[in-house]
Amino acid sequence: MSADRTPSDGDRPGRPDATPDRPGYGYPRRGWAALADHPPPGLRGVGERWRSPLRGPWLTSVFGLVLLVGLPLVFLTGLLDYLAYGPQFGQAFPRDVGWLRLPQFDWPTRPSWLFRVTQGLHVALGITLVPVVLGKLWSVIPKLFDWPPARSLAQVLERLSLLLLVGGILFEIATGLLNIQYAYLFGFDFYTAHYFGAWVFVAALVVHVALRLSRLRTALRSRPARAELAVPRAGTRPEPPDPDGLVASHPDPATVSRRGALALVGGLSLLLAGLTVGQSLDGSWRRTALLLPRGRQPGTGPTGFPVNRTAAAAGVGAADTGPDWRLTLRAEGRQASLDRAALLAMPQHTARLPIACVEGWSTLQTWTGVRLRDLAALVGADRPGSAHVRSLEKAGLFAQATLQANQVLDPDSLLALTVNGADLTPDHGYPARVIVPALPGVHCTKWVTEIEFRGRPHA
Amino acid sequence: MRDLRARFRAAYGASGWHLLLLVGCFAVAAWVALRLAGEATAGRMLLWFVGAVVAHDLVLFPMYAAADWALRTAVRERRARPASGPSLLNHLRVPALAAALLFLVYLPGILRQGRETYLAATGQDQQPFLARWLLASGALFLASGIRYAFRRWRARRG
Repeated sequence: MSADRTPSDGDRPGRPDATPDRPGYGYPRRGWAALADHPPPGLRGVGERWRSPLRGPWLTSVFGLVLLVGLPLVFLTGLLDYLAYGPQFGQAFPRDVGWLRLPQFDWPTRPSWLFRVTQGLHVALGITLVPVVLGKLWSVIPKLFDWPPARSLAQVLERLSLLLLVGGILFEIATGLLNIQYAYLFGFDFYTAHYFGAWVFVAALVVHVALRLSRLRTALRSRPARAELAVPRAGTRPEPPDPDGLVASHPDPATVSRRGALALVGGLSLLLAGLTVGQSLDGSWRRTALLLPRGRQPGTGPTGFPVNRTAAAAGVGAADTGPDWRLTLRAEGRQASLDRAALLAMPQHTARLPIACVEGWSTLQTWTGVRLRDLAALVGADRPGSAHVRSLEKAGLFAQATLQANQVLDPDSLLALTVNGADLTPDHGYPARVIVPALPGVHCTKWVTEIEFRGRPHA
Repeated sequence: MRDLRARFRAAYGASGWHLLLLVGCFAVAAWVALRLAGEATAGRMLLWFVGAVVAHDLVLFPMYAAADWALRTAVRERRARPASGPSLLNHLRVPALAAALLFLVYLPGILRQGRETYLAATGQDQQPFLARWLLASGALFLASGIRYAFRRWRARRG
């Protein structure tokens, strides 16, 4: 099932029978010609049935340009989100990515909204580009039903790469949309599929851009945007016939202008953006994310903001977090055990920090608790290399997390006991939870039971 | 040398660079495929990858193209492309497309898919989404209708 949109670019074999418009046949010429003469039933003459006068290289190139700017940004913010999980500790998923390993560095703690922005942008921009992707596919869909499907080996290969391109983007959109809405209908590991799928897509995108960029440039220059956007419906005519055959051979009169079509796609993008950004905003703006999980506050008052795992789902009950609860601190054989009262008796620090989740939502709250570096000092770990935090949660990918040195030592990195002046609720991680600037929410471990400060690997 | 190059182009159908680029792209895809082949769910991933293309090209596109054709048939030519004034066709197309897009993107909530994982993550149910989508769609049609009426009234008066 090839999903070709655009056959080989300007690469015309130097055959005398190659028309100026269409590339000639490659080797074996007779084979390709025979294929061209034998379209499957139903496909003969399908090329004449496309009626829209809007399809053409200019419109396709406008969509292409928007995606050329937008999609790399979605890809890069996605990679940053992966890095924020700390692959150096084996806690970014998928864990083992072989040659696709990214350069590793310590994820910074400043600015504290860093992860909030990278993941919010990844999700919101990804959703915003959905109408543009669909518009681009609409504009080139006649190529899918083109006969012959190829005139040379070069075109066969290019069509196969377009299957990777189109399959890749639709796969990433589908898995991403299902993930942020917690509907794992696909039945495979999301992280693995989304990470590797992105690389397949990007490889195909690089080829597509390399082969088509000059055509995009020519097409955009062929109709200056300012002049085109001034043309109303009544004056809208098809583009001149193009070698790719995007322009309909028997177009109907226009029912919508090109600017109208672009306004429609742009408007749909704005609609989706408007219904998505609320997940990353606080106050009554949150409610504008009408159709997404995080447009709703689970409660009211100081602890009414969203969580990403409930205490019930984590299997953490009242018996685990009652008066018998203790926080164990360890560092190179030294150990300390503190109850909640002892923690509250230590110097308290307050910081306004976001909780940001990779599923595309975030919220800014005021947390109060003990600085992680003070806890480290308590067991004599003044310059820890890392800290391993364990939760009361028994199972699950995020029952534990490792923090980098900078994440332990940041003055705003806390073991929070209260939020917005109220005790943490069970769902927010009572009796104590980690909160670190710019750290993904799932690594801000809740229901903390133990922190082990480890030495510096190079010390 | 130049002759060899021309013969390669004639046989292959494009330059050597073209081939090199595509081989690189397939190498990445093949490497990923081999790497994932060991996963128990590799077949499902492939199915979703190819299925996404099939679902778009052979289900979604024919569906919306047919819906648009039906709408154009229902709305008479004069209303679809009036010599002056607003187009009824477009004032129906836009909200219909917007409602369909919202349904497609926010489908899991609207159809209450993944109830258990949703509850575990958020502590909530997906109760309100269907009604919200219906309301949002209704509002889009209403807004478009009001705009159509207003533009028609203005066109007649002018």
